[in-house]
Amino acid sequence: MSILVNKHTQVICQGFTGKQGTFHSEQAIAYGTQMVGGVTPGKGGQTHLGLPVFNTVRDAVRQTGAQATMIYVPAAFAADSILEAADAGIEVIVCITEGIPVLDMLNVKAVLNIQAALRANGAKLIGPNCPGIITSGECKIGIMPGVIHQQGKIGIVSRSGTLTYEAVHQTTQLGLGQSTCVGIGGDPIKGLDFIDCLRMFEADPQTEAVILVGEIGGSREEEAAEYIRSNMKKPVAAYIAGRTAPKGKRMGHAGAIIAGGAGTADAKIRALEAAGVVIAHSPAGLGEAVQAALAAR
Amino acid sequence: MNLHEYQAKQLLRAGNITTPRGIAAASVDAAVAAATELGGAAWVVKAQIHAGGRGKVGGVKVVKSLDDVRAMATKLLGTLLVTNQNAPDGQPVNLVLVEETLPIARELYLSLLVDRETERVAIVASAAGGMDIEEVAHATPEKVLTEICDPLLGVQDFQCRALAFALELTGEAYKDFCRLLPALYRVFIANDLSLLEINPLIVTTDNRVLPLDCKMSVEDNALYRRRALAELRDDSQIDAKEAAANAANVNYVALTGNIGCMVNGAGLAMATMDLIQLEGGTPANFLDVGGGATPETVAQGFKIILLDPNVRAVLINIFGGIVRCDVIAEGIIQAVKEVGVKAPVIVRLEGTNAIQGRALLAESGLAILAAATLTQAARLAVEKAQ
Repeated sequence: MSILVNKHTQVICQGFTGKQGTFHSEQAIAYGTQMVGGVTPGKGGQTHLGLPVFNTVRDAVRQTGAQATMIYVPAAFAADSILEAADAGIEVIVCITEGIPVLDMLNVKAVLNIQAALRANGAKLIGPNCPGIITSGECKIGIMPGVIHQQGKIGIVSRSGTLTYEAVHQTTQLGLGQSTCVGIGGDPIKGLDFIDCLRMFEADPQTEAVILVGEIGGSREEEAAEYIRSNMKKPVAAYIAGRTAPKGKRMGHAGAIIAGGAGTADAKIRALEAAGVVIAHSPAGLGEAVQAALAAR
Repeated sequence: MNLHEYQAKQLLRAGNITTPRGIAAASVDAAVAAATELGGAAWVVKAQIHAGGRGKVGGVKVVKSLDDVRAMATKLLGTLLVTNQNAPDGQPVNLVLVEETLPIARELYLSLLVDRETERVAIVASAAGGMDIEEVAHATPEKVLTEICDPLLGVQDFQCRALAFALELTGEAYKDFCRLLPALYRVFIANDLSLLEINPLIVTTDNRVLPLDCKMSVEDNALYRRRALAELRDDSQIDAKEAAANAANVNYVALTGNIGCMVNGAGLAMATMDLIQLEGGTPANFLDVGGGATPETVAQGFKIILLDPNVRAVLINIFGGIVRCDVIAEGIIQAVKEVGVKAPVIVRLEGTNAIQGRALLAESGLAILAAATLTQAARLAVEKAQ
């Protein structure tokens, strides 16, 4: 088991024939992901990487039965690509693209929320501005290096790409391995959040413990802490980046900003600690923290 | 990207919103000419900088003669204005806005912003205008009113009425406010703003509602489709190193310490700063060369870090994912030679081809210290910077 994607998940790529889409589709195929085709408007009917190219996501879904998509479309067109995938009935939409205007994302979320309210299996969006999702040894949808992953028992959910790699690397070194790693992305308005992933990890038999990697900005870590305290039996370890970040400055990620004194790393760490989460005070201590969390149960 | 007050008011007027009449002036003579053109017996002279708190430090003043306009413009233009929001460095005053004065009965607060919790545009209003809204929210949260807009519908009339009644507006002021709010919402959307703040929004003695001040931020991600707004960027208002980083498309934030940092990925970059502090040092900057770092971006990163004279050591932390560490190592060696880096450089490479990368650094003959772990790298950097 795992969450969201596995070795049976059939995946398409939007922006398939572009440079990024091509490179990361090749990497996904090499990892063993069930890639079944891709979409590039105007190139329908062609073959790329030995797979069919479609003009629309609807065509791709009709012909291949794909359940998941990965989007490598430039920021100006990515919001439209997400909506196209949701409209076509894709269940897991992974948007890697960075720099989508926030007002576009407000519209996307409004549509996705309506869809979720109307039908049982509404689309789940991962990202944007994220490394993607990987179920170790089974299905890689994103830009993460597959080679550092190892099938195992730790679920990882993170707002940061390279910090996810740190967590993966350390859990692999310690022989714990990972079930599924979800990079939820660094944007303020995004798809799946911490709580959505924690809920799925709690229900997943393969996952024995969870690493949560947060950062300054917003209050989703505090909400996650409350969720962990009241709903989770599995141990959780966490790291929060940005203790030294100054107020009012955007730290690379669009969502990483301490606004009006809210969203500080210290407040998040306090909330998580109060919920019984083992805190890693250094990014080098993520693996040891989750090991300690496991040992304490 | 922040706009100046006079630019924000131009955007309001373009959206059919009445503002006080005013003219921006870059010289003392132009300021006097502006006052003459506006006419009347009193004017307000306002320093144009990208920071609030101007009034408290003499950056905004009502004057009652052309001589005083001249004196005020002379005093402000070409100086650095330091307020509680941009201390300690301050920002240069290159322009003053000369405006007509209006008889004020009440000062309100009004803003529109993207609220990440509700994933909607929020309208925030308060009868306690002219004050720092965060202080008002902290001390008297009941005085802060909020309306959340559905992105598919925009602000609705009932929301305008609710706020107008709560602000105790009547007659013409009530009508003005209910016309103003949808117009502001349209300006917000049409210009891809992330913040539109009017503080104060005034009610005049003849019961009209007007924005006396206006602060706008345009969302950086949308600048590609707001070309005219992108032209309004004023690099004189931001740190010179940050301006250079913007031009090079590198995420950089200047800090006050002495260890320069170059990291791939924003989260890891923040984590590296935190680790330096945990080990007893202080970071000189935040710098994210991007998840897909290349030798070119590494060279750019060095140039920007070394613009800061406080830097005593440079810590490079790269987790090679798709990017191979040997490629990055070559980039570092090339950049150290090219840029002529004098400060000790500590490098931690992990991930794809890390062993080959470390070997390249060791064989380079340059003063580059390769660290085996992240913790060791931070310790070395702190030690070398002392």
